[in-house]
Amino acid sequence: MRAKIRLLPDGRRLHLNDGPIDLIIEAFAEPDQTTAAYRAAADRFVSVLDELCEELPLLRQPARRDSPRAFGVIARRMQAAVAPYCERTFITPMAAVAGAVAEEILNTMTSVTSLSRAYVNNGGDIALHLTPGESFSIGMVERPDRPSLFGKVKLRSIDPIRGIATSGWRGRSFSLGIADAVTVLADSASTADAAATIIANAVDLPGHPCVTRVSARDLAPDSDLGNRLVTQAVGELSGEDISAALDAGAALAQSLIADDLICSAALHLRGATRVAGSAQHSPRPTRPLSAPSAIMILQE
Amino acid sequence: MPVADDDAIRCDACPVLCYIKPGRTGACDRYANSNGQLIRIDPHVVLDRALSRGGSVVPFLDRNRDWDGNIVAGSGTFVTAIGAGTTYPDYKPAPFIISSEVQGVDMVTVVTEGIFSYCGVKLKIDTDRYLGPETNTVRAQGEPVGHVTTSEYGSQMLSLGGVRHLTGGTRREGTVTCETLLNLCERKPVELTIDEGATVIVEAGKPPIVDGAKEERMRVGCGSATIGMFAKQWHGKVDEVVVVDDHITGVLSEHQAGKLLGIRETGIEMKGRRSTPGRYFRVAEPGTAWGGTNIDDPLSILQEFDPKIAWPKLRLLMVSTTGEHYAYYELDEALRPVEKELPAALIESVTRITENCEPALCTVLFMGGAGGSLRAGVTENPVRLTHSVRDALTRVTCGGAPVYVWPGGGITFMVDVTRMPERAFGYVPTPALVAPIEFTLKLKDYAALGGYMDHVRALDSILKDESRRHLSANPENPWPLPENKSPRSQP
Repeated sequence: MRAKIRLLPDGRRLHLNDGPIDLIIEAFAEPDQTTAAYRAAADRFVSVLDELCEELPLLRQPARRDSPRAFGVIARRMQAAVAPYCERTFITPMAAVAGAVAEEILNTMTSVTSLSRAYVNNGGDIALHLTPGESFSIGMVERPDRPSLFGKVKLRSIDPIRGIATSGWRGRSFSLGIADAVTVLADSASTADAAATIIANAVDLPGHPCVTRVSARDLAPDSDLGNRLVTQAVGELSGEDISAALDAGAALAQSLIADDLICSAALHLRGATRVAGSAQHSPRPTRPLSAPSAIMILQE
Repeated sequence: MPVADDDAIRCDACPVLCYIKPGRTGACDRYANSNGQLIRIDPHVVLDRALSRGGSVVPFLDRNRDWDGNIVAGSGTFVTAIGAGTTYPDYKPAPFIISSEVQGVDMVTVVTEGIFSYCGVKLKIDTDRYLGPETNTVRAQGEPVGHVTTSEYGSQMLSLGGVRHLTGGTRREGTVTCETLLNLCERKPVELTIDEGATVIVEAGKPPIVDGAKEERMRVGCGSATIGMFAKQWHGKVDEVVVVDDHITGVLSEHQAGKLLGIRETGIEMKGRRSTPGRYFRVAEPGTAWGGTNIDDPLSILQEFDPKIAWPKLRLLMVSTTGEHYAYYELDEALRPVEKELPAALIESVTRITENCEPALCTVLFMGGAGGSLRAGVTENPVRLTHSVRDALTRVTCGGAPVYVWPGGGITFMVDVTRMPERAFGYVPTPALVAPIEFTLKLKDYAALGGYMDHVRALDSILKDESRRHLSANPENPWPLPENKSPRSQP
């Protein structure tokens, strides 16, 4: 079998890997329930990549109102997540793939067992499960060598947040913008993923000479971004440049909040941060910071 | 693997079937196109890699480079930490804890990459040319990355990096410092500019280029020492020799060596401050011309000859400490020096000065410290590792290369980057350098210091993974494991 399924050495978390999909999962329940949940997650996981790849050509096409409907449940979730944006901007369903996969595995676990809490972390795009009275502490870590948090937020079961996603040009996927990172909290991982992608694209300085852009296809011939120019390097930016770029992204984030598509967003560029939405639900920086290096689920 | 039209190859490791361009990775970041070959660049499943994607924290997962996993020599194999990954920031056992048997003794090597956010490099630049005033700022791309320290034995020392430049200044200062350190450690040329001083291109193991001039040679000694070394060879062939040096300019007729040979007084009058007979300080300002001074015309450091002592046709040689600059004069009737062609009899002595100068090189020492959390990857009781290194029970290596561990607290070490395998360093955007570090000790000592015994793996289990790259050990390095009867033993 291609997929790798194992418990991490801490004996608590499950690690699932197949091709580019890499999940860290933790469920909180009675031990037999956790085992059942992990078994269900693994059973579902092994066919996920094949399913997605069957429909890859469609999922790499720009989303349109009249796009053919995908067949698979994850692919449909991806289409649904990007649908609100397809008329205002360029987006393909691939923008939501990580969140949609995390969501699917989380749903599989919660449908077969009774878990008090659980998360599925797909490379920083996280799907959360919380039963009444439960909560997760979410931290953003700026520096991996100094595990101090710069932003921390407690998500309670009454909060309408079940998904967290981060996007930026420094990440593994290409970005059309220059944000170091945009972290979005939303009601599901797939919606957070799609929104983080377009907000990160909007944090931009079109035509700025210090931004190096390369055709996505020159880097990866089969990229869903086609010949669009993706950010490869960002040179020195003035304070005004940074403000202008963040303003553009924050304006979009505000409009998505107003349309009830996301709960909040934190935008990071060159040590400056802009937070849109409810302060209560936003990871608040405690000091100037650069790109968040990681999102962590904190143990309590 | 099918090859597409544009040199991209199609990866068939999973159904995504990425087309991968040369030098790039597929969507998984694990398979890459290395000159048309599909290679796996991340043979380990590193813990918590999912945490890394938000800001690309863990560079060993996404560095597009060949795998430098092992050093192999003869019958012995040593697994370096290059590309091994790290368990930072978790206080977990290091990625590899490998046991091997050497001459019947069970040894263990703890292999990890460290993230060094307080590290620096010490540069020794062999040049007499003036680089800049002590303590002045050294810049790269306009950002302060270090400072000029002392001048010692014909070399100029620079100290770059450290916690203040990496993390204490602006974001850009930190990023540029990190990039500068990385490039120096990776043996790439780096242009450094010194405030009120020179621009120097530094590359480990190569001659420095100071203000566009490549430094060929390191002076044989100061001006005074040069007089001492060559006085006998000049005796009888020339009446006076001045060895021009920014530090100590030597004058043959006044120098002890000249006196011993009975060389006659010449009435020469030097500028600068006389230290002891025949030795002058500050004959000119420091610079990048003759002997590390700012002069292009050597006569500018002379005053008029004393007419009571000097004589017409007096033969004068002026030469720099490297022999790179020289000029020959004879005094006219008015006792003014007139430049003449260097007589054949003197060519040999000038050539010999040049021959005795060693090649001028730049030396780059990486200096890092194994902090508490890195040591915690080795043992549950990190201070015991420090004690074990102090007591010489544990050997520290950096990519298999020997290190010098500073006395005093902590495990602070220096390593000559040219003794390390290529592409041994990486960085994280925090900014900090990633460097390999290995701790080798006896298995029983490892157990005694609270090591992670249940994580010890046999060497064979590591070598099965064919994606590791095998390198020949640098024969100039001592073998990192205890020496046995292997023929490659070093004295």
